[in-house]
Amino acid sequence: MCTVCGCGDAKVEGHAHDHDHDHEHGHAHHHGHGHGHHHHHHGDLHFGQGPAGVAVPGMSQERLIEIETDILAKNDRYAAENRAFLRGRGVFAVNLVSSPGSGKTTLLCRTIEALGDQPLAVIEGDQQTANDADRIRATGAPAVQVNTGKGCHLDGHMVGHAIEHLDPRPESFLFIENVGNLVCPAGFDLGEDCKVAILSVTEGEDKPLKYPDMFTAARLAILNKVDLAPHCDVDLDLYESNLRRVNPDIETLRVSARTGEGMEAWTGWLRARLADKIRPRAAE
Amino acid sequence: MHEMSLCEGIRQVIEDHARANGVTCVRRVRLEIGRFAGVEKPALEFAFEVVMRGSVAEGAELVMLDLPGRALCYDCAREVEIADRLDPCPECGGGRLMPTGGDEMRIKDLEVV
Repeated sequence: MCTVCGCGDAKVEGHAHDHDHDHEHGHAHHHGHGHGHHHHHHGDLHFGQGPAGVAVPGMSQERLIEIETDILAKNDRYAAENRAFLRGRGVFAVNLVSSPGSGKTTLLCRTIEALGDQPLAVIEGDQQTANDADRIRATGAPAVQVNTGKGCHLDGHMVGHAIEHLDPRPESFLFIENVGNLVCPAGFDLGEDCKVAILSVTEGEDKPLKYPDMFTAARLAILNKVDLAPHCDVDLDLYESNLRRVNPDIETLRVSARTGEGMEAWTGWLRARLADKIRPRAAE
Repeated sequence: MHEMSLCEGIRQVIEDHARANGVTCVRRVRLEIGRFAGVEKPALEFAFEVVMRGSVAEGAELVMLDLPGRALCYDCAREVEIADRLDPCPECGGGRLMPTGGDEMRIKDLEVV
């Protein structure tokens, strides 16, 4: 990855035609990051890595240079570009975060079905395989798979390229399914409107306490697989009070993607957020 | 967390500034790291040494300055300092604390030649 993620190679899969990189959204190949290479082969995007190692001869006097720059500043700039682009189109973007196996992809497939003819697009993040994007495309929704290689999270730059590929429709949803990981994705802004954390009820009520950063960063937590709750001695109220302990503002929903319980509340929540986002556009 | 990635970010910022200022050698890099930033310091030190090889900051000393964890207490509405993410409010004992500071990861300055 060529900006903040030194974790390894990443590629965007699932797009089979050449396209123009010079449209309004500023993620094309002419930006000024000084190293790495990512090029297009058959619609896949490969992210290389490797710092430039450029040194310029110059002054020889010892001195202090004030920097005061966030380490993730570059990622944050990409994220800001993504956010501006999505705002311009009236796209509501959700960054779905969770541990591996919480049921993100199944929930997303059910969500797409429940949203019916609502325009939407999906970015799937995983270390390897295009399995999840294939599952999403089987629902009829456009999806792009981003493989992060050894990387443990999506970053603003990868998502910018994926947005270019998807070219999301105005007044639509963009679902970004992050790599299953409750640690790193908390720190990497993608330009989304909000993070939604998904927890399956089998993970243990203290999960929010063990990984507080992710739940502090999330606006909504979905307790998924609630149909299993009676079988595994789980206290859903305790889950929710632990979530509020690390984030007093967090909203919670109890859902079963399998049985459909709670799905109406979830899609209602999404539609309300999209309406909030496009209202200023309608007023113009 | 992802200390290797962070060091790639640090290297990039250093190289940008080195280019802009005509710097050939960085002696010391000072970072400000918040208590809740999730940074594992020994891992960051290790990654720093590895990632800076071949750059103007190869062999540079890494100094990490701690920034305190801060939170707003939803019970007493005071901004407080806490040492641990799950500590109760030191003022009122309340348990509803929203972090407001301590997730910083900043490059403060460079000592250069």
